[in-house]
Amino acid sequence: MSTHNHPTDVTVTGATDGVPAVFTDPGIPHHRDRQSDLHPAAEKRAERQVTLLFGLSVLGTIGFLVAYFTVPPGETVASMRLSNLLLGLGLFLAMFAIGIAAVHWAKSLMNAHEKAEDRHELRSSDTTRTAAVEMLREGTEDSSIGRRGVLKGAMVSALALAPLSVAVPLIGEVGEDWDVSKFKSTMWRKGTRLAIDPSGRPIRAADVTIGSVVHVIPENLSEAEHPLDEKAKAVVLLVRLDPRDLKEAEDRKGWSYEGIVAYSKICTHVGCPVSLYEQQTHHLLCPCHQSTFDVADGAKVVFGPANRPLPQLPIEVDDEGYLVAQSDFTEPIGPSYWERLR
Amino acid sequence: MTTTTSPAAKAAGGTADYLDQRTGLGAAVKGLSRKIFPDHWSFLLGEIALYSFIVILISGVFLTLFFVPSMAETDYEGPWAAMNGVEMSEAFASTLRLSFEVRGGLLMRQIHHWAALLFMASIVTHMMRVFFTGAFRKPRELNWLIGFTLMILGLAAGFSGYSLPDDVLSGNGLRITDGVVRSIPIIGSYLSYFIFGGEFPGQDLIPRLFIVHVLLVPAIILALVGLHLFLVFLQKHTQYPGGGRTNTNVVGFPLFPIYVAKAGGFFFIVFGVIALMAATMTINPVWNYGPYDPSPVGAGAQPDWYMLFLEGSLRLMPGQGTEWVIGGYTLSLNVLIPAVVVPGILFTALAAYPFIEQFVTGDKREHHVLDRPRNVPFRTATGVAILTAFFILVLAGSNDLIATQFDLSINDITWTFRVLFFVAPVLAFWITKRICLGLQRKDRELVLHGHETGRIVRFAHGEYIEVHRPLDDQERWLRVSQEPNRPLEIEPAEDSRGVRRKGYRKDVLRQRLSRIFFEDRVEPVTPAELAAAHSHGEHDALGSVHQTHGGANVPELDQAGTDGVPTVTAAGGGRRLAEPETPQQGPGADARNH
Repeated sequence: MSTHNHPTDVTVTGATDGVPAVFTDPGIPHHRDRQSDLHPAAEKRAERQVTLLFGLSVLGTIGFLVAYFTVPPGETVASMRLSNLLLGLGLFLAMFAIGIAAVHWAKSLMNAHEKAEDRHELRSSDTTRTAAVEMLREGTEDSSIGRRGVLKGAMVSALALAPLSVAVPLIGEVGEDWDVSKFKSTMWRKGTRLAIDPSGRPIRAADVTIGSVVHVIPENLSEAEHPLDEKAKAVVLLVRLDPRDLKEAEDRKGWSYEGIVAYSKICTHVGCPVSLYEQQTHHLLCPCHQSTFDVADGAKVVFGPANRPLPQLPIEVDDEGYLVAQSDFTEPIGPSYWERLR
Repeated sequence: MTTTTSPAAKAAGGTADYLDQRTGLGAAVKGLSRKIFPDHWSFLLGEIALYSFIVILISGVFLTLFFVPSMAETDYEGPWAAMNGVEMSEAFASTLRLSFEVRGGLLMRQIHHWAALLFMASIVTHMMRVFFTGAFRKPRELNWLIGFTLMILGLAAGFSGYSLPDDVLSGNGLRITDGVVRSIPIIGSYLSYFIFGGEFPGQDLIPRLFIVHVLLVPAIILALVGLHLFLVFLQKHTQYPGGGRTNTNVVGFPLFPIYVAKAGGFFFIVFGVIALMAATMTINPVWNYGPYDPSPVGAGAQPDWYMLFLEGSLRLMPGQGTEWVIGGYTLSLNVLIPAVVVPGILFTALAAYPFIEQFVTGDKREHHVLDRPRNVPFRTATGVAILTAFFILVLAGSNDLIATQFDLSINDITWTFRVLFFVAPVLAFWITKRICLGLQRKDRELVLHGHETGRIVRFAHGEYIEVHRPLDDQERWLRVSQEPNRPLEIEPAEDSRGVRRKGYRKDVLRQRLSRIFFEDRVEPVTPAELAAAHSHGEHDALGSVHQTHGGANVPELDQAGTDGVPTVTAAGGGRRLAEPETPQQGPGADARNH
């Protein structure tokens, strides 16, 4: 098998009349003299420019220090920006001028004649290779490992097992209690009042007007051991629709209250909070990946990468007229995972 | 040995002597100080990556002295009135302190962030340069893999750092990460617990990200950067083709003083430009976003640019019918495919390309002279196709901004990108390949007939021709020195005695792939063709294009690749000929006979 890409492989027609088979390399192009090579005045000028640029850098550093001592960041965004701008410009000048000076020096004043250097094959010579193999063979022989099979086995076992002392406690502790069934429940219980996020004020059904949206947390959220962890699962979006617009499945007839429905705010795609509500279409949009859910129709997916509807929180009203949960969600909230239905 | 006797020279000489007696430093200085490196602007891309990394290290050390990597809750009290009394993590509070109270702290934060964006951008463009010029060929395949790993580590460094301030924007990014991790079959839920130390967000994440961000990842990056540069020194830099540049030499300027000045100076330029960006362009103003809270999210939120392709991939995937339940277990293909499978395929293709190409060409020689991208149309087209797929995903990651900026329907945009993701790379491949072949033909025409001068001459017998100026040696060499790539010819399945030989099937696969790679090609001009073009006059029609298709030799016709409609290629010169004269045997015919 040949690759046909050696230049000498090419059969050239007409090579008979003294035309070479391949073009010849013209060699390194001639050096073109620069202004500074030809005119001492230009050289002097370039030297002055380089000096000036280094001087400019010194000015930049001085500017930075002056700004540092005289312009504190202050208490407003404007004063902070001003301080940042002046410090940054000083640093820019200090650094950039050094860079330009060095490059200008190299390009206009240093010797600009190209040089060639030979490459050497990276592969070691055959003699070196043989010697290397011989050394390894001698070493192996000296260690006598080839003749002591049991010893070899013992060594491999010891080395393989030793890292367990680090790995086992690491893996044991790094995932807390490894109880992934926690994904399945939130802190909503029968009778937990729905409260406004973030104030924690309970919501009276009568105060929710048609078309309004309320971001909801459980009233007792702040009492949780890790409120943020609980909030990450328990946040709910409450919407009041005209009951005539609401399409409800048979088994969910009792889950809403006079057109008020509550859905998990955590997107079933990858878990962003779904928070953009469009009143006209009753559509809820996840701003992260644009999954769109229809609140009037069981929060079913109408567009985007989500596959499942948002889980619904069954709600009712307690004796004082406050909205409360009937129970926890009836399915795990948030994105899908392997054991979700087990 | 110094001839001057100034005190400074004496001190330098003394130090050198001291060090050399203890380390043998002299040999290293002798070997390295005048080492030759070739010069080209595109070699600066990798340098930008290196220098922005150094800037990241400098500004990063500054930041660690003030940042508190803790998720413990605290009430903010400080100059930023909007957040007074707000409950937040120590991490977020210390980020505010860095921005408002530490003088120069905001500048360092913004330098750190801009440098990180520049780091990734320069890595990607540096990889593009290496890919399109074939610099990954033997002996540099290992360095390609090291560079590839550095890119992945850069992503890890960027993402872990982006999440440290514990603001609401990056917190939602982490929540997406959690959702993606959970979609992984069997181990997903446990992996999520592994990362977050329990349920999201937990109490451990910021300290864990911190150690990943300031120790683990940077240490590996630093080690690999060292190895990457060591190999560049060991193997010597590649060079672009040109007069005097061969596979056995390297032409350029010495490390000292030219590159000490140029590359050293370039570090300060990169640092300066990053400082200017940090001074004038606000980045990640977390004081506006607020601390992490699982409930709110801003519309139009964007991750850093290098994460946009993942975001776009997630956005494009349709959700309906892509979540499967198998034996009671849930398989979320709507997350798994865009977040794991698609990037997996793109990245694996990129990492494996040098090895694929080497298998196809069967070429085991060292290559130190770079390819001009036009001379390897298949590779160039493949690279552009991968980039196109990547950029479609990047754009899809900004589909909400496109929708609001141009007042378009988000659903229409998403559907457009869904289609483009499959169609655009194919189109890009085809167009790029045609452009490459066209450029190669243009090169042939220039070599054979020279530059058009615009000067029209009328002969005594009434004929008009345009005078052409032949190329000079350097111009011509650039266009004829490449080796023609041709499809492999393999030995027959059976030898002369009718015995089936080993490895035939592998060879057949190799030959098929090789045809896909090199079937459409334009060969460089040979001296004979040039001589013929000169001796037969300007309007001679000696086969200008040897593009074979399907093994057939069509020396005079440009058989346009996929549509199969042959078009007549004019041979250039003073008059554009409608049709060539009698076909002559050219190298294209010889290729078949080998």
